[in-house]
Amino acid sequence: MSSAALSVAKEAAAETTPPSSAAERGGAPLANVSLEINGRTYPLALDPRTTLLDALREHVGLTGTKKGCDHGQCGACTVLVDGRRVLSCLTLALMADGESVTTIEGLAGPDGALHPMQQAFIDKDAFQCGYCTPGQIMSAVACVEEGHANTDAEIREYMSGNLCRCAAYPNIVAAINQAKHELKRA
Amino acid sequence: MRPFIYHRATSDSAALQTVIGGAAPRDQPPTSARAQFIAGGTTMLDLMKLDVMRPSEVIDINRIAGLDQVEKTPDGLRLGALARMADVARHPLLADYPVIAQSLTLAASPQLRNMATLGGNVLQRTRCTYFRDPSWKACNKRDPGSGCAALDGFNRSHAVLGVSDHCIATYPGDFAQALIALDALVEIRRQGGERVLAFADLHRKPGDRPDIETALAPDELIAAFRVPAAPWTRRSLYLKIRDRQSYEFALASAAVALDLAGDGAVRQARIALGGVATVPWRAREAEAALVGHKVADDVAQRAAEIAFRDAQPRRRNAFKVELGRRALQRALLETASLEI
Ligand SMILES: Cc1cc2nc3c(=O)[nH]c(=O)nc-3n(C[C@H](O)[C@H](O)[C@H](O)COP(=O)(O)OP(=O)(O)OC[C@H]3O[C@@H](n4cnc5c(N)ncnc54)[C@H](O)[C@@H]3O)c2cc1C
Ligand code: SF4
Ligand code: FES
Ligand code: FES
Repeated sequence: MSSAALSVAKEAAAETTPPSSAAERGGAPLANVSLEINGRTYPLALDPRTTLLDALREHVGLTGTKKGCDHGQCGACTVLVDGRRVLSCLTLALMADGESVTTIEGLAGPDGALHPMQQAFIDKDAFQCGYCTPGQIMSAVACVEEGHANTDAEIREYMSGNLCRCAAYPNIVAAINQAKHELKRA
Repeated sequence: MRPFIYHRATSDSAALQTVIGGAAPRDQPPTSARAQFIAGGTTMLDLMKLDVMRPSEVIDINRIAGLDQVEKTPDGLRLGALARMADVARHPLLADYPVIAQSLTLAASPQLRNMATLGGNVLQRTRCTYFRDPSWKACNKRDPGSGCAALDGFNRSHAVLGVSDHCIATYPGDFAQALIALDALVEIRRQGGERVLAFADLHRKPGDRPDIETALAPDELIAAFRVPAAPWTRRSLYLKIRDRQSYEFALASAAVALDLAGDGAVRQARIALGGVATVPWRAREAEAALVGHKVADDVAQRAAEIAFRDAQPRRRNAFKVELGRRALQRALLETASLEI
């Protein structure tokens, strides 16, 4: 991706799809979509161009999920759809109609108790600026769930879709190693 | 992103009906059609955000039932076009076709593999930076007749095989190399019928129309890939060389399958090369050169030389000729020594 990543970065800057007029949509009607996010149902009327990422951030107000590249290259926007980790920046909200979405806001227990993976990231100091962290944690939860966290090498390979500009990688591996044991026990 | 109208198809006939309404004339590339299919969306949405793809109608084919199956058939394997890369890669039936599973596992990232479909994967578009950035005027693939900025530009990642004076863009996919090596077929649905095409005939070399990339018409839907069972599928592998160890496209890759006699001599060989060619690339002459020989260093080296005999490197990608040869040589030696 190296060179391509640079060239798209500038365009990716901040194109979002806030509510738009019919003219701005080229006459395309708003589309109704129902998203189940962290166990709650949100009926939305969206410009068809709205990505799942923009729907979460701009329309539902869940800003935990981050926009890094907006082109599938960094993993910051990782969420779970029907339990599978996917990139919300390359998913149209309409494509997820009726499906159940889990974001970083949905991991903690009802009493606010952190998910073992969130706690492990804190315990192991697995971030610096924190921008990639929600994506890392969602990806890490899925990585363990898929059974791809058996060795350090396997963790690195199966976390390779999540870039960290601060290079917290060694501590991320350590956090996943800590959490996987607790998740197994749970 | 330009505005579009979204349709969700729940059957292939509905998808075809909708797409016909917005289809481009038959001599136009499907990618310039007004109405286009979206599957995983990992190529489509990326290129729509970059304003490279500009459909005014998007037909979501994800909810068409029955197109995501992986099945064993009397002739081999049938892989549904809507099956996701991750699901296919770990499917037990793929154990007899390691080159396919490896080509999928070594591609993209876990998230992308959960999203991307097999049909979309083979139709993914080049990563040529000039193609992806419309602020560059010259790109014959994006804008026919405008020239090619890569010929004398930053062409390190570009192709050395199958190139023309009009385009040297690399076909970036991995899975397609496994399909072409194993003589796969493509099942195509069209209004009122179906046709079956050799996978090797799906992609077109750039020639003087690099914008027309495949033999698909805009109103045709890929339903599945058929991979014939053969004595060489089990002794197979995919070797991928890239700038970093994972989550990166191939600089050079080789899909190899071998059928060996008891004494180790090659009965049949199948070779495809990725990262170095404008289309999924079958190296038939190199295959022929192996037959009857045991795969030793010199034999593998000779086959690799034959495979790259017609290479046409440019200023910044000449290294790919040697890299490609060595990748193939190593892949041949490793495949021959597999314990199966
Ligand atoms: C950061 C990044 C890294 C990547 N790395 C790799 C890599 O290392 N190796 C690799 O091989 N790939 C790689 N890819 C590409 C990725 O694998 C493809 O984008 C993906 O496979 C496309 O599948 P999709 O289902 O998302 O297709 P879509 O984006 O939905 O569609 C792609 C095209 O195919 C058409 N289409 C889709 N399905 C059908 C059908 N059934 N019939 C007819 N037309 C159809 C669409 O109209 C569109 O033109 C990478 C992508 C990204 C973003
Ligand atoms: S190599 Fe092909 S895709 Fe790249 S600029 Fe030239 S014509 Fe366009
Ligand atoms: S924002 Fe970078 S992958 Fe989605
Ligand atoms: S913690 Fe800063 S990008 Fe990962």
